[in-house]
Amino acid sequence: MISEKTDRIVYMDNNATTRVAPEVVEEMLPFFAEYYGNPSSMHTFGGQVGQKITEARQRIAALINASPEEIIFTSCGTESDSTAILSAVQSLSDKRHIVTTRVEHPAVKNLCESLYSISGHKHKVTQIPVDKYGMLDLEKYRDSLTDETAIVSVMWANNETGVIFPIKKMAAMARERGILFHTDAVQAVGKIPIDMTEVPVDFLSISGHKLHAPKGVGVLYVRKGTRFVPFLFGGHQEQGRRGGTENVASIIGMGRACELVAARMDDENTRVKALRDRLEEGLLQAVPRAILNGHKTERLPNTSNVSFEFVEGESILLHLDRFGVCASSGSACTSGSLEPSHVLRAMGVPFTAAHGSIRFSLSVYNTDQDVDYVLEHLPKIISDLRAMSPFWQETVTEKAE
Amino acid sequence: MWEYTDEVKEHFLNPKNVGEIENADAVGEVGSLACGDALKLTLKIDDTETIVDAKFKTFGCASAIASSSALTEMIKGMPLAEAEKVTNEDIANALGGLPKEKMHCSVMGREALEAAIADYRGVILPMAEGEVVCECFGVTDLEVKRAVKESNLTTVEEVTNFTKAGGGCGKCHDRLEELIQEVREESPTPAIPDQRPKRMTNIQKIKLIEDVLEKEVRPNLRKDGGDIELIDVDGDFVTVSLRGACGSCLKSQTTIKEYVEKKLREQVLDSLVVEEAKA
Ligand SMILES: Cc1ncc(COP(=O)(O)O)c(C=O)c1O
Repeated sequence: MISEKTDRIVYMDNNATTRVAPEVVEEMLPFFAEYYGNPSSMHTFGGQVGQKITEARQRIAALINASPEEIIFTSCGTESDSTAILSAVQSLSDKRHIVTTRVEHPAVKNLCESLYSISGHKHKVTQIPVDKYGMLDLEKYRDSLTDETAIVSVMWANNETGVIFPIKKMAAMARERGILFHTDAVQAVGKIPIDMTEVPVDFLSISGHKLHAPKGVGVLYVRKGTRFVPFLFGGHQEQGRRGGTENVASIIGMGRACELVAARMDDENTRVKALRDRLEEGLLQAVPRAILNGHKTERLPNTSNVSFEFVEGESILLHLDRFGVCASSGSACTSGSLEPSHVLRAMGVPFTAAHGSIRFSLSVYNTDQDVDYVLEHLPKIISDLRAMSPFWQETVTEKAE
Repeated sequence: MWEYTDEVKEHFLNPKNVGEIENADAVGEVGSLACGDALKLTLKIDDTETIVDAKFKTFGCASAIASSSALTEMIKGMPLAEAEKVTNEDIANALGGLPKEKMHCSVMGREALEAAIADYRGVILPMAEGEVVCECFGVTDLEVKRAVKESNLTTVEEVTNFTKAGGGCGKCHDRLEELIQEVREESPTPAIPDQRPKRMTNIQKIKLIEDVLEKEVRPNLRKDGGDIELIDVDGDFVTVSLRGACGSCLKSQTTIKEYVEKKLREQVLDSLVVEEAKA
């Protein structure tokens, strides 16, 4: 079979993490060895670092049309999610119900499932189901909201399928009932326009490394006037809302990255989207029994999740790896667990397809040549693996009859 | 990313003996699409009961494909009597080892070989007759017990790595625990069974601590004219008071740490800390 080795890297795994933009690296570098002061210090040397953090806060606020005081820096998207949900659970300790979805990232899903051991209180958790396109059932959502509900936590866009949820509408429904609303917008911020003056959302999570800033920095947006209980207690950083000396260089990098993604938003939603569509249509055409997972239009412009029936995802990924193509899979074997992705299972994707799902997630750094390259190699990889699959021939002949 | 050996990579990227033998003398099929891996093994067997050719078709991850390829290489030219003795460890070893979470791929190879040989002999495999314990992956109690015995498995996690049983909803974990226990009791050189329950309520814990103090600790202390009393149990902290000869003894600290704590940890909970009540 295939055995060539390549130096070329075609990176289509941007929902896992992104390249730190060169402009971001450049802006960060002086803050390691040169301007290493503590932003809380009284001297000018530290104070000037504090000014750069203020600037970063403004840049991030500008991306989502929020005010800078509503931005709290955290260590990652996961911390932002935990902070928001635990804050609500503690500030409304008499309300013991949480509404979320079956397709959340583990940062929300596992937290909600573990609240008992963290808070010492039992919480009822309602997980709203999705249909086969990964879309939420809004009737069920409406019915799930009760006087007991402390907070709703629904992701803005799904990391595996890219499906976008109607956050504006859902947040308004929660607001009507006086229920707090959190959205994990880790995959959405930077890819689609978001305006906090238009959505009645109380908490919103962002992660740096998904938008061309470094790993290990995140943001929690907390709407002005929302009751807040810190997750990390400590010094007076972030106005006492998150203790710990700031991750200065990364915060500055994240500020710059937010400026960049704002400027590139059009490119993402036109050129990158067209690349994604060409890749997807090319694969669906070239490979028989390939299926799109997720909604065709209500979707991030960069994400495509395609199942190749009767082959297993890890095998596909490792063959792609030989060509330097980076993607991910929702198959069981790639995770170390024995079951395929909870998102695909919630959508009712049959096992024949779930094990063979591949997610491509593009960025502004992808080119036409990248798409050509994948289209050139992937169909052959699938047909080689299918030739080896005990299920393939039977199926094809059955179909032909 | 998995740490695969060069042998795994080689067998995965350039698998040997892919395909299906026409008019095969033996066919072994295991696994299913739902499980995420499946293997169909076909053999050509000559009059001297030697495997002259072997081919496979596999649906699965890199280690499943590599295990199938290594298996067919290994058994080609092998007399059936010898092939019967091939174990999953043999397959894993031929690959320079597999990540522990992937051991079930080598087990699948062995199972397919067994199924093929049974097919050749026209017998029904006893394994399939067991009672299904893991519904998610259709694993029977006999398969679990065999893996526990052959590979010396001691935990549910290991059983899952080798057989997949328990890797889905997790409802069968208690049953798997029992099966591991059963095998240990049956085996001729049993490891010392660990009878400590996994999770205890506070009341169960206190009762068990009192029990151990009463039956094991106190009689020993009394021999030296001493005694012990349980004062309090708060989480993992056990407060006791030593009486009589022991109480005044300078060595009481040592007694508590080395003896009482050791006993309680062995028989109740590893994490217990024993303290003496302040006078
Ligand atoms: C939707 C979603 N939420 C949360 C996270 C976690 O973000 P972080 O890696 O910064 O903790 C991710 C990243 O994988 C994500 O995709």
